[in-house]
Amino acid sequence: MSTVRDWAAPNPVTENRSGLIGKPVDRYEGRLKVTGTAPYAYEVETPAPPLFGHIVSSTLARGRIASVDISAAEAAPGVVRVWTHLNVPAQAARGTRLNPRSQRASNPALESDRVEHYGQSVAFVLADTPENARAAGGLVRITYEAESADLDFLSSLDQAGPAPGEEDARIGDFEAGYTASEVTVDATWFSPLQNHAQMEPCATTAWWEGDKVVVHTSIQMVKGGQHALAETLGVPSDRVRLFTRYIGGGFGGKGQSYDDLTLAALGARETGRPVRVAYTRQQMFQATIHRPAVQMRVRLGADRSGRLNAMALEAVTHCARNAPFVEHAANFARNLYAAPNRLTGHRLVRLDIPHAGAMRAPGEAPGMLSLECAMDELAETLGLDPIELRIRNEPEVDPDNAKPFSVRQLVRCMQEGAQQFGWERRNPVPGAVREGRWYVGMGMATAIRGNFLLPAKAGLRLTGDGVATLTQGMTDIGTGTYTILAQITGETLGLTLDQVRVELGDSDMPPAPGSGGQFGAATAGSAAYETGMVMRRRLAELAAGDPRSPLYGEDPTLMDFANGNIVLGNRSESLAALAARAGPEGVYVEGGISPAADARDWSQHTYGAQFAEVGVDSVTGEVRLRRMFGVFAAGRILNAKLAKSQITGGMIWGVGAALTESNPVDPRYGSFLHQDLGGYLAPVHADIVNLDAVLLDEADDKANPMGIKGVGELGICGAGAAIANAVYNACGVRLRDYPLTPDKVLAALEAKGL
Amino acid sequence: MLTTIRVNGVDHDVDVDPRTSLLDLLREGLDLKGTKKGCDHGQCGACTVLVNGVRINACLSLAVMHDGDAVVTVEGLASGELLHPVQQAFLTEDAFQCGYCTPGQICSAVGLLAEVAAGQPSEATADLDGPVTLTDAEIRERMSGNICRCSAYPQILAAVRRAAGAAA
Repeated sequence: MSTVRDWAAPNPVTENRSGLIGKPVDRYEGRLKVTGTAPYAYEVETPAPPLFGHIVSSTLARGRIASVDISAAEAAPGVVRVWTHLNVPAQAARGTRLNPRSQRASNPALESDRVEHYGQSVAFVLADTPENARAAGGLVRITYEAESADLDFLSSLDQAGPAPGEEDARIGDFEAGYTASEVTVDATWFSPLQNHAQMEPCATTAWWEGDKVVVHTSIQMVKGGQHALAETLGVPSDRVRLFTRYIGGGFGGKGQSYDDLTLAALGARETGRPVRVAYTRQQMFQATIHRPAVQMRVRLGADRSGRLNAMALEAVTHCARNAPFVEHAANFARNLYAAPNRLTGHRLVRLDIPHAGAMRAPGEAPGMLSLECAMDELAETLGLDPIELRIRNEPEVDPDNAKPFSVRQLVRCMQEGAQQFGWERRNPVPGAVREGRWYVGMGMATAIRGNFLLPAKAGLRLTGDGVATLTQGMTDIGTGTYTILAQITGETLGLTLDQVRVELGDSDMPPAPGSGGQFGAATAGSAAYETGMVMRRRLAELAAGDPRSPLYGEDPTLMDFANGNIVLGNRSESLAALAARAGPEGVYVEGGISPAADARDWSQHTYGAQFAEVGVDSVTGEVRLRRMFGVFAAGRILNAKLAKSQITGGMIWGVGAALTESNPVDPRYGSFLHQDLGGYLAPVHADIVNLDAVLLDEADDKANPMGIKGVGELGICGAGAAIANAVYNACGVRLRDYPLTPDKVLAALEAKGL
Repeated sequence: MLTTIRVNGVDHDVDVDPRTSLLDLLREGLDLKGTKKGCDHGQCGACTVLVNGVRINACLSLAVMHDGDAVVTVEGLASGELLHPVQQAFLTEDAFQCGYCTPGQICSAVGLLAEVAAGQPSEATADLDGPVTLTDAEIRERMSGNICRCSAYPQILAAVRRAAGAAA
């Protein structure tokens, strides 16, 4: 096992002699996407004309299916199969793991008469056209026996229990420290249930080749999907070939498979025809996961100089009754500010609603909406600038575990951000700046998000045409994986980008963990780098051992790679010639990365500072973003253009969280109030004005051999809090109930007599 | 029902189910899957196509209503290997991530530029009688029917600006 010291030595990526690392090149698969020729899961060509599946969803929150009548649906035009729990083909019982190494257990569809949430699959129709399938779905008659259901989070808070397997994190004596503090803040924030609303609904195309099923599905984790389906079908995983080459947005919501995968595979097996199944937009809201609501109580105790003496963040969140998930909204607070007395923890309420799960920056995204506003409140109480307050509480070492930081540029992010944003123009008196009917204000918040490296592998083939093809069971959910892997491979081997190909999203390829948790680029990229280094050694040995090579007999460890050649002194040979001599298949190697043995001896995070300027309409209560700017530090940046897209995309998610996104549970049915994009308000073009971000120069040599970190989730962290703080600065009302919609703002303004 | 529809310059005589949307005819009937289904309710814009030069949501329109119409989809914009200026601008400005809303955004931007050139005002237009100036506010307003959950909005704005410059 390597150590971080092994990673610190210069290498082709950190030396970056061709300049491919960091270069803002266009997206590798961009041409396919702008011409509409990138095939998403539902769109792949099938070996024969497909059948179309339609899933029928429950209209009950909890109970059992009392009766089923599929006769009308079966008699409808074009219908080939109608399944309910009474006649669906056999599947492994839920939770079965025939292979103990499977990453996911069996996940059967239509498994029983039990209904555990609104929107659960209760029937499935296969027909010759999408229209016939959907029409027949409407003819399936199901009656239910309802049982009492717990549906409302806020009225169930008294049922909150400990998060499974977790204890509160306590350092020092919070209660004593808080009580003894000269200045305190004690307030409670609420972040509502939110939906991923990826533009591509979950979908699968499936067909069988003998006893093996081929599935194209929209999923962030290749192995997880393959294993879940294999376990559900009760077959070894090598009987499932899963492809996921283009994914129309994931954000955590496609980290697992859903019934479209299972039912497409079963349908194709039972009919001998290819099958396409997609969820409708309406079904997506309740058939897939969501970010749960979180209630957060923050208590801060400080002395008059602004030094924190005590800090607590206690979060209560929800999950589905039989699908445990904890939104770790308090975890980030453990590593952010110094305070000797600390308390953080989570409580869980179990409800009879759809499954809660991971959504972009799980934990930080809602969590920072509380603490970063509490810090703003404390700063005002103390008469301190919010940035100065944070600088006074900047820790020397990680306050949770006393580990040194690998690199932490949080203060620099705040200072550079303040300068570029024009923070000095902020009037600290709330409500002091007025432009006509608009109150105008500025706010800031910090951003922190963990950095992770997981084990991953990759394959690399160099062929006689001089092209290197990287293969990896990895995904690109729009994050730029294809592009950065090409850049890393090109830089490692001294090739240009048109000499590099990248193929992803195939379960037969060397495995990588997929896209999630901001670990994708570092994990998949490090595996690509290590595989490139294996290729370099192999090629050098080939050259040294081959009398036909000009480098024959030389020391392979001294050979270098540049401009498509392997080089030693004034002698060189093209990689194309080397590969051509190796045979028609060229040269193939595999490599991989594992976390360093001592990687967790350092506290590793990405950081940022968010700044926002808003206008608050004094007449309607509407909050309009006027400007937003962020400065971030996230290790070495592989592609300046794509990294910035990731970061600004995250910031815009923060705008949605602060101002528009919320999906209440209907207490009558257990459904979500909003089941479409007209009701669930993700930001649109007109909401986003003058928004920009900067990434600082950085390299984190404790993170991985390339010194890179993740950027996919950092941008959302703290973004909404900066907006909420700007709203306060604009009009002087503290709203702690997200999103800050006009009705709430207006009521608060009126309560203040404004 | 027998319908004749011209798509990307090619005439198709098709026998369509009267329930079939223009979107499903394109995707399933004509195998033009570049036009995306994001919501099927006219709320996301991923299915935006140009019908007789005007952008519409293909999911909100039945195929049989388009007898005799000329439809252009994202597959019909490029000239061989040469990308349409809007496509090239999206690539250059990184105006997309996952790419699923992109064909709709691009068709919408093509339609937008034609509307502005024709002097059609929008909610963001100050003077309803004069020529329309392509301000950032105009672009944002006119593109707001196309949701990008990856949130490439700043880059899409830049791409539309770049394409407008290339067209001018």
